[in-house]
Amino acid sequence: MKKDLQYIVNHLPYKAPFLFVDELTQVDENGASGHYTFSEDSEFYQGHFPDHPITPGVLLTECMAQIGLVSLGIFLLSSEEVEEQTSVALSETNIEFLKGVNPGETVYVQSEKIYFRFGKLKCKVRMTNAKDELVCKGIISGMVFQKKT
Amino acid sequence: MTTERIYAKLLPIIQNYLPEDVSPDEVDPDKDLTRELNINSAHLVDVVLDVEDAFDVEFANDDMESLRTVNDAITIIQNKLKENQ
Repeated sequence: MKKDLQYIVNHLPYKAPFLFVDELTQVDENGASGHYTFSEDSEFYQGHFPDHPITPGVLLTECMAQIGLVSLGIFLLSSEEVEEQTSVALSETNIEFLKGVNPGETVYVQSEKIYFRFGKLKCKVRMTNAKDELVCKGIISGMVFQKKT
Repeated sequence: MTTERIYAKLLPIIQNYLPEDVSPDEVDPDKDLTRELNINSAHLVDVVLDVEDAFDVEFANDDMESLRTVNDAITIIQNKLKENQ
């Protein structure tokens, strides 16, 4: 079973405009890393907020979940299962936001597995910016499942 | 450990993960954890992990599959404690 980084990106269940992974840089049994650049043209900046565009915290959370949790889930399951679409239903998030992310900024996500048992994946996640400043961090968990494509 | 003592230790763990629409009084040994007590799959894993810590036992995938009711949990815990002796 191929588990290279591009395979995982290709098998993410998301598509634009709700794909928040540009590249995975590392994935192993214990965690995943990758980055994403929030395009200045993204439509949500028109409303969040009209006079001072800034990336919504829910999208930072989503970006951390896609790179840190879902990509890792695909890696962990693809090692034992045949080719099926892997997805994750988020169950809990607890995120602290420390710095804003402006339109056009690149963010870097790192996750660290706390446990993966009985289908539940729980990870510590952190996001940094191009200056290596901590943007947000916390805990995300979800149920990893597969459905036939 | 007696069934009563296991139940007494298990009850607060289960009650901790009940959804808002299920009262803690509704828990009894015959209740199905997911179908009747509405504990979702993510919280069922939390219950099992807390049980593992509280009783110093380890659940296998087979145990998880046979776990339906509160009584099933008590039986699994009892068997694990016997194995540990």
